[in-house]
Amino acid sequence: MIYSIKQAAKQFARNRAMSMASVFSITAILLVLGLFFILVVNINNIAESAKQDFNVIRLYLLDSTDYGMAEDIMGKFSIMPEVRQVSYLSEEKAMEDFRVKFGDKAYILDTLRENPLPNSVIVEVSRLEDAGRVAAKARAMEGVEDISYYKETVDRLLKVTNFIQIGAMAVILALVIISVVVVSNTIKLTVLAREREISIMKYVGATNWFIRGPFLGEGIFIGIVSAGVSAGLIALVYHKLVDVVGPNLLIILSAGMVPERFLISNLAIVFIALGVSIGACGSIVSMRRFLDT
Amino acid sequence: MIIYKNVTKTYGTNIGLEDVSITIKKKDFVFLVGPSGAGKSTFIKLMLKEIEPNSGGITLNGVEVTSLSNRGIPKLRRSIGVVFQDFRLLPQKTVFENVSFAMEIIHMNPRSVRRQVPQVLSLVGVSSKAYKYPGELSAGEQQRVAIARAIVNNPLVLIADEPTGNLDPDTAWEIMHLLEQINLRGTTVVMVTHAKDIVDKMGKRVIAIDRGRVVRDEKSGVYGAEEEETSRIGGGGSALL
Ligand SMILES: Nc1ncnc2c1ncn2[C@@H]1O[C@H](COP(=O)(O)OP(=O)(O)OP(=O)(O)O)[C@@H](O)[C@H]1O
Ligand SMILES: [Mg+2]
Repeated sequence: MIYSIKQAAKQFARNRAMSMASVFSITAILLVLGLFFILVVNINNIAESAKQDFNVIRLYLLDSTDYGMAEDIMGKFSIMPEVRQVSYLSEEKAMEDFRVKFGDKAYILDTLRENPLPNSVIVEVSRLEDAGRVAAKARAMEGVEDISYYKETVDRLLKVTNFIQIGAMAVILALVIISVVVVSNTIKLTVLAREREISIMKYVGATNWFIRGPFLGEGIFIGIVSAGVSAGLIALVYHKLVDVVGPNLLIILSAGMVPERFLISNLAIVFIALGVSIGACGSIVSMRRFLDT
Repeated sequence: MIIYKNVTKTYGTNIGLEDVSITIKKKDFVFLVGPSGAGKSTFIKLMLKEIEPNSGGITLNGVEVTSLSNRGIPKLRRSIGVVFQDFRLLPQKTVFENVSFAMEIIHMNPRSVRRQVPQVLSLVGVSSKAYKYPGELSAGEQQRVAIARAIVNNPLVLIADEPTGNLDPDTAWEIMHLLEQINLRGTTVVMVTHAKDIVDKMGKRVIAIDRGRVVRDEKSGVYGAEEEETSRIGGGGSALL
């Protein structure tokens, strides 16, 4: 173990130019990969909140509808077997919820002179399939100005997000494979330079894992350095994105971006894991030919 | 104890060894002789499980080499020390490191490495060169280091494929005395050589191989009998007919 780590460090130093070159290319690959990661995670997030809106039907009440009438309306829905839950959302509470969603960008809402949000009744159905029927009833209800119910929109959105996710996964997979090839080529150079040493080690009775050790270490080191650098850069990019795109997204889709800290810590974990596996796979692939005894 | 039983190894149409049966007792000193291409290196590679025989069985100290799985190979090789004509030292490691590295490979603790390496270096007579690099050593000294590396883990068998091939006669003899000394400590020695005078003067067991077959096996033999050479030429002739 100690031997392996010592050797790996020596090899990285001896093979510095090549190692730096592969760190550079893998960092670049991971950066692209990170952007896709951001995309996929946020699309997931939007799709999730869209799905939540899906089995919820909002009834926006007329200003003339008072709380008593609202209770009547709620009663009519709560007796329906398809309905799981009915609740009342006052305009003040709606505003408050909005503020929470905006988080530290809530100051944007301060510019509003009066609350544009109406009182509403929120009907939650147990099964998505029943949502259409319940929505039809809601629309016909007296005292209701409008309802929001996005079945088609959500359907379409889900289709699009599915497509994007599959595409992104394919790209990510391709990039990972490219990275493995890049690492394995670098390691192969070191292996070739030490072919003699490897054959001598084999004569003396070194196990394949002992021989692999230093090369594995070198590959993993390359992977971890690349992962660290690219995770850092992605963190910067995401910070900027949250600042610029975040509020707009909230206004357009009423879904927030995935919180920075959560995304970056996950990204770091994913990248380190990827870096380690890319490095390990790369070195194992490059050594296969030399250890086929 | 090394036992080859009806071992045949072919490379495509080339014959490496053909139906070879040999038994080498513990603590024996054996010369393996024969013309170029006779199958001597093939014999050694089979013992190290670098190659597999087509048929037959090989056992080394009770371990059946032929049925050993790949995972068993490192353990097998740790019980065999190997020395080559071209020394095969690592040029960027010092003499000490070239030897200690063989111990690190088998996970010896650093304390026994520090204790045993100087001992074995003094046994082969290169104590004063411990911190020099192979490039700074004479050929004879390099071969001594290679021998030190081969014996540092106390193998049961020491195999030497033409260890004196690159050495002048005096140095060659020094190496021979060293190998004899190692043999006296209880290590079985199998040496492949083309050095007629060494084989003749040492008076050890001689196994002669020609075109893959054992043609002579004498308890205290000489390098080449005259009739062997003629029969070889004659054999070649009859093969043409
Ligand atoms: N990898 C190989 N592929 C094909 N033929 C081979 C291979 N290795 C050895 N041979 C053949 O097997 C025969 C025996 O070879 P081997 O190396 O055992 O001879 P040797 O006795 O060691 O010769 P030398 O004294 O020249 O070292 C030769 O005819 C050789 O051409
Ligand atoms: Mg040979």
